[in-house]
This record gives sequence, C-alpha cells and structure tokens, in this order.
Amino acid sequence: MSLKDKLVSSYIAFEDHLEDDSPIHDLRNDAIKVFEEKGFPSKKEEAWKYTSLNALLKNDYSVFPSNKSSLELKDVRKYFLHEIDTYKLVFVDGVYNSFLSETTHDSLDVCLLSSALNKTKYKAVIDAYFNKTAVKESLTSLNTAFAKEGAYIHIPKNKEVEKPIEIINFSTGSEAAVLLQPRNLVVVGENAHVQIIERHQSLNGNQVLTNSVTEIFAEKRAYVDFYKIQNDAHTASLIDSTYVSQEQESHCRVHTFSFGGKLTRNNLNFYQKGERCDSTLNGITIIEGKQHVDHNTLVHHIAPNCESHQDYKGIFDENATGVFNGKVYVEKDAQKLDAFQQNNNILVSDKASINSKPQLEIFADDVRCSHGCTIGQLDEDAMFYLQSRGIGKKEARALLMYAFANNVLEGVKIPELKARINKLIANKIGVSLGFAL
Amino acid sequence: MLHIKDLHAGVEEKEILKGIDLDVKPGEVHAIMGPNGSGKSTLASVIAGKEEFEIIKGDLEFEGEDISELDPEERAHKGLFLSFQYPVEIPGVSVTNFVKTAINETRKAKGQKDMPAGEMLKKIKEKADLLEIDRKFLSRSLNEGFSGGEKKRNEIFQLAMLEPKLAILDETDSGLDIDALKVVANGVNKLKSKDNAVIVITHYQRLLDYIVPDYVHVLMGGKIVKSGNKELAKELEAKGYDWIKEELV
Repeated sequence: MSLKDKLVSSYIAFEDHLEDDSPIHDLRNDAIKVFEEKGFPSKKEEAWKYTSLNALLKNDYSVFPSNKSSLELKDVRKYFLHEIDTYKLVFVDGVYNSFLSETTHDSLDVCLLSSALNKTKYKAVIDAYFNKTAVKESLTSLNTAFAKEGAYIHIPKNKEVEKPIEIINFSTGSEAAVLLQPRNLVVVGENAHVQIIERHQSLNGNQVLTNSVTEIFAEKRAYVDFYKIQNDAHTASLIDSTYVSQEQESHCRVHTFSFGGKLTRNNLNFYQKGERCDSTLNGITIIEGKQHVDHNTLVHHIAPNCESHQDYKGIFDENATGVFNGKVYVEKDAQKLDAFQQNNNILVSDKASINSKPQLEIFADDVRCSHGCTIGQLDEDAMFYLQSRGIGKKEARALLMYAFANNVLEGVKIPELKARINKLIANKIGVSLGFAL
Repeated sequence: MLHIKDLHAGVEEKEILKGIDLDVKPGEVHAIMGPNGSGKSTLASVIAGKEEFEIIKGDLEFEGEDISELDPEERAHKGLFLSFQYPVEIPGVSVTNFVKTAINETRKAKGQKDMPAGEMLKKIKEKADLLEIDRKFLSRSLNEGFSGGEKKRNEIFQLAMLEPKLAILDETDSGLDIDALKVVANGVNKLKSKDNAVIVITHYQRLLDYIVPDYVHVLMGGKIVKSGNKELAKELEAKGYDWIKEELV
C-alpha cells in the first residue's frame, strides 16, 4: 500500500477517535479530501522541480508512533538553549513531554495545541485563527487532517515576552520509520513581542519524516522573531510549511539555519495585510554529503508602504544540493513598497549544486523591488590575502565562509543563541579558529 | 635576503615578468617604480606566492632557500610580508581577531604556543599607538567599509604586528592623503632595522620622500631596465618614463 493510501485509510480510524464536536472537525474532513485528490507533490509541479520526495515516500512510516521511550534531561539538555531561562514545549515522537517542558498560562499562553483544540475557553481563538493562513496545498492539508498536537502560543496585547520560547520535537527511533506531523499556532497580539526557537531533533538513526505546519499571526505593531534550527541527523527529513500573516506595522522575522538533515524543504510564506509591515526572511545553509535543502519562499504584498528583506546564504560541499525559489508577489494596491531579495551561494566542491530562482510578480507601478543571486567559489584574491598573512589554506577557507555567512548571523538578537549558531557554523566548516567566533 | 635571478613568470600562456634580477640585503630599502602595466604588482604577487602566477624559469630565493614552490602561508611563516594594494574585506572578523589569528598561525607553524593574551594586548596597543590608530578601529570588521586610507593604515598595522624580515609595500601610497602618508611612512621607518628590509612599489616619488630608498629600480615591460639611487626617483618624477624608453632604444 502506498503511503498516500495508508494515510487516507488511517484518517478514518483517527477521526473516529476524536470527539465529534471538535471545532476543526470540518476542516479536517475538507483537508483530507484535498490531500486525497492531490497526493504528494511530484517533480512535475513547478514548485517541486528540484526536490523529489520519491525516495522518502518509499519508507513504511508509522503514522501514529507509540511513545515508549522516555528521555532523560541529561541526554537531551544540549539541544536546549540552557544558558538562559526559556519556556519550553517539548514533544517526543509527537507526544507532549511534560517533564522536559515549561509551559505557562500566566499572562500569556504557552501550551499545547491539543488542549487548545479541546477546551472551550480557547474556542474563540481557534475559530479565529486556526488554518486561516494555511493554503490548500497537499502537504499542509495532510497536516491539517491529522492536526492534533503541537505548540499553542498566544501572546495578549501589549505583552513583551522576556523569555524566548523553545519548541523542540524529538524523535527517539522507537520505530524503524516514523512520520511526525506537528502543528503550531502562534498568535501575537497588538503591540506584543515574542521570540521563538524551533528545532526538530532525531536522536537515533531511524528514518524520520516530519511534515510540520506553523501558522503565525502578528497583529498590529507586533514583533515576532522566529528562529529555525535545522541541524538534524542524516536520516531525518523535514518539510516545514510556515505561514506568517501580518497586520499593520507589524515586524516579523524568520531566520532559518539549515545545517543538517537528509532532505529539508522550507515553505515559508508571508502575507502582508496591513500597511507599513516589515518582513525579514533570512537563511544560512551549510551542508555536505548528500544533503539537500530547498528554500521555497513567498512574500505576498497586499498593502502599501511595506518592506520585505530576504537574504539567503548557502555553502554546499561534496554532493550536497540546494534550491532557492523566492517569490515576491506585489498586488496592485501594494504601492510604495521596498522589496529586497538576495541569494548568494558558494559551491565548495565540483559536485555540489544549487538551483536558484527568483520570481517577481509585480502589479503595482510605484514600487522598488530588487533581487540578486550569485553562485561562485571562494574568492581567490581573498584566499591569497589571508594566506599571505600566514593563515593556512584550511583556516583561510573557514574564515572566508564564516565572513560570507556573517551578515545573516547579525540578525540573531539572542546573544546565547547567536553564540550557539556560531559554534555550529565553526563545527560545520570543520576548524577551530584562533579566536572565539 | 632576497635573491631573484632571471625570473620569468606569467599567467597561463602570457609572460609578464621577462627576466628580473634583484638582490635585497638586510637593512636595505628598495623602490620599484614603473608605469602602469609594467609588472610591478605581478612581481610582488610572485614573490608572495599567488597561485595564479606561474614561474616559467629563474631563481626565487629567500634567505638562501628556494621558495618558488612554497604556499603563500609558508612564505609568510618564513618572514615575508606583502602589503596589498587592494586589501580584502572580511565581514564579522575584527582587525584584532584577524591579527591574533595571523600571529598565532605563524607561531603554530614554527612549533610555538599561542602568544599569551597579555603580551598580545600590549603589542597591539604599542603598534596601534605607533600608527595613530584609534582603539575603536581595531574592533571593526577587517577592511569592511574602511576608507582607502584606513585600509592602507591597517595593512601597515599588520606589518607592525607580524614583524616580517622582508616587507613588500604594493602601492601603499595610493589613496592616502599627505597626513596619512606621513603617519604610514613614519611607522615603516620606525619598524626598520639592520636586520629587515623593505621593497616599496610605487608609481610616484612622493612616498620616497618619507621612506628613503637605498636603491631605485625602474620596471618596464617585465624587466628592470634601470637602477640607481634615490636621485633616480626624483628624475623620474620630473621627467616621466619616456626618456628611459628612448634611452633603451
């Protein structure tokens, strides 16, 4: 039986177990129909031209993994930003782990989607926001159909959340192949501020496919900083679909650090609905081996006087492959817009490759849209400069790669997280430099 | 110290240096002058070991050792330094961190331990004062957003920190106003000793008023066509290069 058929037939059993009055009952039924009709995306689709899921779909995934293994904090502590105090939402094989988590209902909600879906006091928020930005695309629909657990974050008006919120999805390898479908809902009220760090971590060498969907709503003047740390095992694959809906004068920034995993696909969609919105989409990709990272971004400008900034840097070694497909869509009312998109890549090996495709669709006549893309090797003049100062080839290469990615790192506003990412980059590049990065 | 004999070098099929002879002894200052495209920067790059240039024939020795096959960093470890005409920008790496890395990489190559932090700081302060470099400047990203003058001053700061045996200054005067030129030249003069040597590559005589050469060589068409003392530089400044061309004919 194909994975698609297995999922469709599993859905019936899944839905049977749920309470009939679930507020998203109808959404689920509609969503599974969309998935059933469209199936998994194939390379025939323009948006999936350079990324094939075929090999991944051959695994016999357990759709409802059993949660048998328990995790000790000492074994997984390194995956948390433990240097500072944070709220934590930890899921192990798709199931909430209260022992490792730190939730709150004290002036803001950092809790579970499962309880938000089941308790009447959250019904108004669920009705107003859940699945309201997610498009009827097949993988997102598949996630919606099985949406059951994930992060529920609701920041009320004027609340500045001081502690970052960490969302960590562990998979323990209790089964040979596992399909996980976390679903996160983030609602940031008017003038509220929040920082969120999300991570998927496989702890064993089993096949993990995560089909994650996150919806983020930024109300007027809200500030959202979202960091995605993708440094997973070589057997773990991730399809991340994140939808960001912005109201007037809100600032949303999503930073994606892709350093590992077998196949990673980031569908990052921004919708600017109010005037003077500011969106930032940043990414650093450093991969090697046979890893594949695909960034598929959309910034949909609907309202006037807005800005968007995209800056993606990629370093590809060995046989690694990358895709950048960045679309900027400007509606005719989105005048006085400033949209910027940049994608720079370094191919370290002859066998590495990157497909970079900027797409601009502009229906307004008074806008400034710019885009640029470079694909190259390390600059020989720069190498010579460093070597002539006594710095060896390997270190010189590392220094240049670090310099290349650096400006994206500047956007990380949590110093401890920045230090962590610096360290990850140094490890990835494979040298310890003569100073602390 | 530096011994170059009948050196021919170029890029791919194109020969740029067509038989250079040059001997530099400890304590000496040599100036290499010449019109654009005569091969001045190529000579500097070939001595420092830039990969794209190939030595076709001839000798390139530093302190009695053939260095023609060595990587640029190995030449640096032996005490060669090239001040770049166009220094490269390295965002995210401060001037201080870069200099520390360069010094410690050289020490590592010599089997020495890293320079103790206290000693390093003291040295940085001393050399920054020598070149009238502001402390804030040292924490900026290397060459990023630097003015032409700041880049050159930073090159000489690295020279001061690394204390090479032979320093080659490639067009260090370009982009410098007269005050900055004096500071840079003063720095170079203070670093000079009977044990080290300097090769100054320049278009103009201006810098040589401050860094006074023992020898002046004119490079044209990939060859040293005339050598003399500092008076030759003045003559070139006054008369240009054409008279040498005529002399050669």
